Amino acid sequence: MNHLDQLEAQSIYILREAYNRIKPLSMLWSLGKDSNVMIWLARKAFYGRVPFPVILLDTGNELDEVYEFRDRYVKEWDLNYINAECPPYEETDPDLTYNARSAARKTLGLKRVIEEHDFRGIFLGIRRDEQAVRSKERVFSPRGESGEWDYKDQPPEFWEQYKTEFPPGTHVRIHPLLAWTEVDIWRYIQRENIPVVPLYFARNGMRYRSLGEKDITRPIESNASTIEEIIEELQTTRTPERAGRTMDHDSEDAFERLRAAGYM
Amino acid sequence: MQDSSSSLDMLRETFKIVVVGHVDHGKSTLIGRLLYDTDSLPTGKFEELKAICDRRGMALEWSFVLDAFQAERDQAVTIDTTQIWFKTPKRDVVIIDAPGHREFLKNMVSGAASADAALLVVDAEEGVREQTRRHGYLLHLLGVKQVAVVINKMDLVDHSEARYGEIVRDVTAYLHSIGVEPSFIVPISAREGDNIAKKSTSSPWYKGPTLLEALDRFHSVTVPSEQALRLPVQDVYHFDQRRIIAGRVEAGVIRPGDEILFSPSNKTARVKSLDVWDAPPLLEAHAGQSIGLTLEEQLFVERGEVISHVEDPPVLSTVFRARLFWLGHKPLEVGKRYTLKLATKTATVTVVGLETLIDTDTLAHRPGTKLERNMIGEVVLRAREVLAFDEHVELDKMGRFVLLEDYDVVGGGLISMEGYPDQRQSLTVKSTNVYSVEHTITRENRVVRNGHKGGVLWFTGLSGAGKSTLAMEVEKHLFQKGLQVYVLDGDNVRAGLNANLGFSPEERTENIRRVGEVAALFADAGFICITAFISPYQADRDRARSAASRIDSEAFHEIHVSADLNTCERRDPKGLYKKARAGEILDFTGVSAPYEAPASAELVVDTDAKDLASCVEQVVDYIDRTFRVD
Repeated sequence: MNHLDQLEAQSIYILREAYNRIKPLSMLWSLGKDSNVMIWLARKAFYGRVPFPVILLDTGNELDEVYEFRDRYVKEWDLNYINAECPPYEETDPDLTYNARSAARKTLGLKRVIEEHDFRGIFLGIRRDEQAVRSKERVFSPRGESGEWDYKDQPPEFWEQYKTEFPPGTHVRIHPLLAWTEVDIWRYIQRENIPVVPLYFARNGMRYRSLGEKDITRPIESNASTIEEIIEELQTTRTPERAGRTMDHDSEDAFERLRAAGYM
Repeated sequence: MQDSSSSLDMLRETFKIVVVGHVDHGKSTLIGRLLYDTDSLPTGKFEELKAICDRRGMALEWSFVLDAFQAERDQAVTIDTTQIWFKTPKRDVVIIDAPGHREFLKNMVSGAASADAALLVVDAEEGVREQTRRHGYLLHLLGVKQVAVVINKMDLVDHSEARYGEIVRDVTAYLHSIGVEPSFIVPISAREGDNIAKKSTSSPWYKGPTLLEALDRFHSVTVPSEQALRLPVQDVYHFDQRRIIAGRVEAGVIRPGDEILFSPSNKTARVKSLDVWDAPPLLEAHAGQSIGLTLEEQLFVERGEVISHVEDPPVLSTVFRARLFWLGHKPLEVGKRYTLKLATKTATVTVVGLETLIDTDTLAHRPGTKLERNMIGEVVLRAREVLAFDEHVELDKMGRFVLLEDYDVVGGGLISMEGYPDQRQSLTVKSTNVYSVEHTITRENRVVRNGHKGGVLWFTGLSGAGKSTLAMEVEKHLFQKGLQVYVLDGDNVRAGLNANLGFSPEERTENIRRVGEVAALFADAGFICITAFISPYQADRDRARSAASRIDSEAFHEIHVSADLNTCERRDPKGLYKKARAGEILDFTGVSAPYEAPASAELVVDTDAKDLASCVEQVVDYIDRTFRVD
C-alpha cells in the first residue's frame, strides 16, 4: 500500500465507524475539493451510495461556479441534498469583525440544521495541515449543547478507538480527512479523477486555492491551470493555504475563537 | 485500492514522529527550531511569531510555531498535541508535539499512539525526570518501538561531554530496564541550533548523527502481512441484493475461496468475493486495507466478530490479564464495571483483580486497591461473554483495548494470558458479586448483572412460517453474546407442563395461557423468553401480554413471523398441511381454522421476502435496541 492507499483505507474505516455507531448522520458539503474527496470516499465505503444527507451551508453568497457544480453533482451522484440557508449577517454577534461575522453566519446555519434534523454526527472535511488550531483536532470531536468546542479538554483518542458515545443533547463532528494534506488531496483527485469546481485552475494568472464566500475569499496569483501544475506549485509554495481566507487573519487568535464558537 | 505506481511522487514515504519528554525540557522549541533550520516555515510565520513575542515583551519563542492556542502561548505550555509537516532529504515527516505536563497525559497519549518513532527530549541541566520516565514507559505500552533520546540545552552545561555521558547512562539504564534500546542519543541546543540541521562546532567529541540525519535513519514501519489473518467485522451492508461484510484487515492476507472462521460464534464460511465499488473485485487484500467481502453461503454475522483462517484462530476467553494505563478522573477499583472496546467489539467487563501498581519512576511493583489517574497497573478483567482476541506480544492490534466509563475513554491496556487465572481466582470473582442475602433481589439487580432487561418475545404465525427455526437461531446468537435467553415451544412445553392437554379449542387456549404465564415468570427472572406457538387468536395473545405486563408494562413484544399461506404449505416441514387438506387434522390454522394476524405487532418478520440470516439479524437488532442496558 502506498501513502494514498493508506489514507484512503483509514478514511473509509472512519466513515464506516461513524455510520455504524452514530445515527442520524450527515455530511457537510462545502463543494470545495476536500469535501468532494470526502463524498468520493463515502461512495467507496458504501458501495456507490452516500447513505446519509449532505448539507450545503448556503450563505447565498457562494461563487457562481460553486452553485453550478452543486446542481450538476447532486443529480449525478444521487445525493440526498439539504440546502441549509444561513441566517443573515444582521443576526450575528455585532461585536465581531466583518470577516468574523460572515463566518459566523455558517456557524449559525450549521447549528440550526443540526437542531432541525437532530443530527448526532456531522462529517466535515477539515485537515490538520490547514491551520494550526485545526491540527489539534480529534477525528471524532464532541461538541457541547450549543455546538462549542472545548479544545482545552479534548477526549483521549488512540489506537483508532474513537469517541462514539456521548450524552444526549450533544453531537460529534467527524473528520475523515484530518490526516490528509493539501497535496494528498490533489494527488488523490488526480488518481481517482474526481470532479472539482473549475475555480481552482488558473485563469489570467489567478486561481482560488481555497473556496469561501465571495466577499471574504480572494484568489491567489498562480499560473497552475492543471492538477499536475497545482501539485507542482504546492511542492514549492511557502504561502499558507488559507491565506486568501480573510477571516483567519483579523487577530492572533481569530480562527481559534471562530472554532471554539462552533465554526468548522 | 488502485495501483498508482504511475505517480512518481508516491515513492517518498510519510513518517510520523512524536516528540515527548518532561515539561519545559524544550520539545516545542526543538520543533520550531527544526522547522526554521530546514527552511520549512511558511512565508510570514517567522515575522508573525516575532510580532507575537514582541507584544508579550519576550525573546523569540520558537514553541509558538506549534502552540496554536492563545492559552498555550500565554502560559508557554503545550496543552494539546499538534501536528506539523516538513521534509527531510529522504522523507515527508509529520511531527507530533505531545504535551509534557502531567495534567495533559491523555493528550500526550493521543499524539504518541500513532507515531512510527519517538524523540524523547531530556534537559541537559535537569537530567532525567518523572515525565521523562513515564513517557518512555508509555511509548513502549503504546507500541512506539523506535526511540531516539535528544539531550537538549547543551549550551547551558557548556556542551560538557561528561554531563552528556551521565545522562546517557541514566536514560539508557531506564530504557533498557523496560526493554527499549534507544536508536540514537543526540546532544543538541534547540535555542542555538546545535546538532539539529548541522553538526555543532561546540561538541567536537560527539561523533553521531545530527537530529535531522537521525530522523532519516529510523527504520520504515512495515504492515504485518506475514501474520495470521485478522479481520474484525465492522458492519454488514445490504444496500442491494448483496450482503457485504465490511471491515479492515488488521493482519495477514485474505483471498476469495478462503475458508474462514468467525470468532467467537465459531461459524465457518467460504469467501466468495472481495467487492469494490466501481471496479473489479480484488484478488487479495492485505493488512491495512478497508474492504468488503461476500460469502458463498448466507450467514448472520455481526459487528465485533473476528474473521480468521480456520487453522489459525484468535484466543477465546472470558478472562484475561492486562497492563493498563489509567486516564480516568475516578480511580479503577476491583469490582467496577467498564465498557471495553477491542477492535470493533464492545463488551462489558468487570475488574476482578488489581494485581500490582507499577511506579514508572522506580519501576517498583507494589500492591494497591486503586489505580489512580495517570498510573499504570496490571489488572485481570472478566467479560460476561466470550471474547476473541490475541495476546499483545503475538499480534499488537488485536491485543489492545480501551475502557470506557460513562461516555469517556478512561484507560488503555495490552492483553496478556500469562499466568492465566487459576480456579482460585475465578472463585474469588464470584464472591465479589455484592448481592446481600438479607435483601430481596430486585428486577433491577438482575438487569444490572445481566446487562439487559427481561421480557417476552412472543412469536406468532402460521405453521411453517419459520417461528421455531428463527427462535432457535436467535437463541443461539443471543446466548453466544452472553444474554440470558430461553425458548418455549411445543416440544418442551407439551412434554411436561402441558402433558395433560389435548388439541380441543379449550385445551389450546389453556395451552397458550400456561405458556403466557411461564414466559412471564422467565421474564421476571431476567430472561429474554422467546415463545414459538401459532397462537392464532388475538385474545389469547392479549392475555399473554397482560400476564407479562404484571411484571413490566413493556415486557411483552409481539413478533409476527409472517409468510404467505402458499409458502407455508409448500414448506410444510412436518407434513401437517398435507394431513389437514386430507381431513386427517381438524381445526388446522389457515386451512380449517382462522389465523388472526396481529393488528399492532411490535415487529413483523417477513420470512417470505428475506432469508433466514436477514430475519435473525432483524430480530437481534430489535432485541439490541429494546433490551440492552448500558
